[in-house]
Amino acid sequence: MNRIEELDGVAERYDLVIVGAGPAGLAAATEASKLGLSTLLADENSGPGGQIYRAITVTPVQERDVLGTSYWQGLGLAKELETTSCDYAPRTIVWSGEPARDDTGQLIEPPGFEIGLSKDGKARLIQARRLILATGALERPFPIPGWTLPGVMTAGAAQIALKASGLVPQGRTVLAGSGPLLLLLADQLKRAGANIIAVLDTTPKGNLISALPLLPDFCRSSYAVYGAKLLAKSRLSLPVRQNVSDLKIDGHDRAEGISFRRNGQEQRIECDQVLLHQGVIPNINMANALGCALQWDGQLHAWTPTVDGWLESTVPGIAIAGDGAGIAGAASAAVRGRIVAVAAAATLGRIDHKTRDRLAAPLKKEAMRLARGRRFIDTLYRPGPDLLRPKDPSTIICRCEEIRVGQIRDIVRDLHVQGPNQLKAYLRTGMGPCQGRMCGPSVIELIAEQRGVPVPEVGHLRLRMPVKPITLEEIASMPQSRAAKNAVMR
Amino acid sequence: MGGGIVGASIAFGLARSGERVVLLDEGDIAFRASRGNFALVWVQSKGLALPPYAAWTQQSAAEWHELARILLDETGIDVAHSQPGGFTLCLSQKEVDARLNKLKQFHNLPGVAQFPYEILDHDEVKRRLPDIGNKVVGAVYSPLDGHANPLLLMRSLHNYLTIKGAEYRPAHAVDSIQTEADGFRLKGSWGEIRTAKLILAAGLGNARLAPMVGLEAPVKPSRGQLIVTEKTTPFLHNPMVTIRQTNEGGILIGDSKEEAGFENVTGTGVLSVMADRAMQMFPRLRHLNVVRTWSALRVMSPDGFPIYDQTNSGPPAFVTSCHSGITLAGVHAITLGPALSQTSRLPEILTAFTPKRFHVPAHQ
Amino acid sequence: MFRPISKRLSQSDDQSGARGDQTLEFTFDGRRMFGRAGDSLAVSLLANGVEAFRETPVSGAKRGPYCLMGVCFDCLVVVDGVGNRQACLTPLQQNMVVETQHGARNVDSLEKTGQ
Repeated sequence: MNRIEELDGVAERYDLVIVGAGPAGLAAATEASKLGLSTLLADENSGPGGQIYRAITVTPVQERDVLGTSYWQGLGLAKELETTSCDYAPRTIVWSGEPARDDTGQLIEPPGFEIGLSKDGKARLIQARRLILATGALERPFPIPGWTLPGVMTAGAAQIALKASGLVPQGRTVLAGSGPLLLLLADQLKRAGANIIAVLDTTPKGNLISALPLLPDFCRSSYAVYGAKLLAKSRLSLPVRQNVSDLKIDGHDRAEGISFRRNGQEQRIECDQVLLHQGVIPNINMANALGCALQWDGQLHAWTPTVDGWLESTVPGIAIAGDGAGIAGAASAAVRGRIVAVAAAATLGRIDHKTRDRLAAPLKKEAMRLARGRRFIDTLYRPGPDLLRPKDPSTIICRCEEIRVGQIRDIVRDLHVQGPNQLKAYLRTGMGPCQGRMCGPSVIELIAEQRGVPVPEVGHLRLRMPVKPITLEEIASMPQSRAAKNAVMR
Repeated sequence: MGGGIVGASIAFGLARSGERVVLLDEGDIAFRASRGNFALVWVQSKGLALPPYAAWTQQSAAEWHELARILLDETGIDVAHSQPGGFTLCLSQKEVDARLNKLKQFHNLPGVAQFPYEILDHDEVKRRLPDIGNKVVGAVYSPLDGHANPLLLMRSLHNYLTIKGAEYRPAHAVDSIQTEADGFRLKGSWGEIRTAKLILAAGLGNARLAPMVGLEAPVKPSRGQLIVTEKTTPFLHNPMVTIRQTNEGGILIGDSKEEAGFENVTGTGVLSVMADRAMQMFPRLRHLNVVRTWSALRVMSPDGFPIYDQTNSGPPAFVTSCHSGITLAGVHAITLGPALSQTSRLPEILTAFTPKRFHVPAHQ
Repeated sequence: MFRPISKRLSQSDDQSGARGDQTLEFTFDGRRMFGRAGDSLAVSLLANGVEAFRETPVSGAKRGPYCLMGVCFDCLVVVDGVGNRQACLTPLQQNMVVETQHGARNVDSLEKTGQ
């Protein structure tokens, strides 16, 4: 593996560019390199691992029981990549991916992509025959009053602080939300010495009943043993309070307490840190901005990219691997990463279709095996309506532009807003630097509620590059074709 | 038909005159030129090849103040309209000369509504815009140029319509229009609606709809790309024709024109040229982060000027189409809407904008 | 406020790992602080008890990091004169000068220093 520290060190063209060095990206890069494809793995962090295996090669938390065996599985993936001839560019942002054109604006043959990279304030365009998006997942927004106060973070954030830097929250810490990661984190933090004073479980009561029919499938899955252990342990050692609702975080300039309703009673806990989590959803921003179609996953209750049996998106040449294509966990992400690498090798003529199918068959079988049991998890931990469509009108929905629930409801009602793009035009929701990552799902829910239609009918934000902000100077340094100049200087 | 700026502005004028108005619109994903514009209320350099356009534009810039005032009074929304004067910055002597030539030609046309302007050299531009870069050779300034917040304008116009009892119906794309004795019958997958008076303000959709009532609107898409930066402390109070700072603080950069069909995507090449020029005009912009790029399809007629037309017999139908919907919002709301209500005829000045002009061989 | 986990759980004293326990010095709003090589600026600030990194341009509300993975854009600070830098994606460097991002980005000072 060649670790590239300067943007100049990246080659002009590759067979394959992979975005994201989490399990899917690492596995894809390794497999692709082994199959003879010239490959670049680009990632915005300073080391491999993505989020789930964050800091896997450098974590200061060496006592393995703290982070658990699942985490340490990532080390094998990172080490395997090091044995290949892959180019790896850390701290590098991929901000665009367009079909490559010549100076007159025509698409080139054979087709390829022009990919915008940015590092340390400098930008470059490189070419690749194929693109793999492995940008993973992010946490579902958790809009409750006070969620924007300093001292409130996601469960994932606390995990990152622990994994990458060996830090735990100092004072009285409350975790709130639902989902396996919440309990996992509480367990990890407790082992690491944090003062967890409450775990407020917002899993709606009725969910277990809906999920029960799916339990047999779950029991046969790879999650069952691990999940059962975790659940049992947490019940005994963590201060879990179930069936919690009406969460509100209060404080003047920082979080000072969290109140909630339980068994018909209002309660409040004083605390110093609140960690929120209600599941993860695919990070669809890059796929969206690059023109890939999205579809609604009713089981997961989120928009996901549309992919075929080979995980190819609706844009020919762009494949999507890992949780970015649908949530199925780290092990599955690695398997899917290998699948897209095999598919890419076949498309680029490095292996024939027979070989491709032979290599992919066990991988696809494994992916299916790992997907088993997801339905149970997704159904059990589906957020309740109050956490998807907040009742309190003062709740901030768009954190960047500080737009609240009340404002959104009023405009949607008064102006018959049809979807999030129209709402963006009226209220600026989604116009901030996060480009709808924090507010998109909530906005869609509120519009669906007002219109009285199923969520997918409302649609989703239409995004464009840059996928992450880059400077005007960087954009100005991009090549300017004759056609481009003519379009501007008339 | 059409819930964008043009439709909403005209509807404003009609509703204000007491008409019962229904505004039909498409869904969340539609071409919507109104969501991708630059929000200039621009006078300078308009109307050279069609003098009545200069007069119509200047009238609109003047009537904009009344529109903004009424919207503030009735909806409580300040659409951030200002007329501080605008600049067309030139990065080479060639550009300056080209502009100068155009202005001279315009000046020499008899009976044309002139607009006040100044030609400025670098030093004079620097005196008025201290942040200008060294590469700016000169500029054309007109005190009549201004800008507004187009999103607040849309919101406010629609709010006004709601207050006045006008009905806004989204997801009501029209498949067919039948002319009947006393009006029109519009049909779509949503059902049908009958109206005594019909105004087609559906942007690119007018090309398909106008022939249904015996009119024509030969409009085609002309793609324009935009760059939007993060919010920065206010420093640019005047609009440039290709750069302006919004009232929220972000910088908007344009201006490009491509015949690219109906693809409203953005491309690094065009964005790079625009970014480059913007940086030359205001070097301090170069470090700002670009948070969004956008593109929209201008509604472009063959000569670039608006189309206004009406049926001459039977129930009244009108077609209105332009790519300066923000600039013309003033006159659409304050003059055109009421005229269509009171007389059911287009104002006399608009006869120059009939699409029949495209059938006459161009004068060389 | 964040604090390191106990020594027995973390890397032992031997410096054989890719990153040692190298201490770096930096300032935040003029206050001298210490952090560890390899940590992000966001985590370094949290470890030094800093919770509010910025004031929003819209209302001046205080904000701190929320996601620590680069998607929330709430951890924005001024680093060596450049504003709106995501602290969670900025590795800590020796002698970094960090300041609260007060409202909208100001690019004035950069021009003056010729950056």
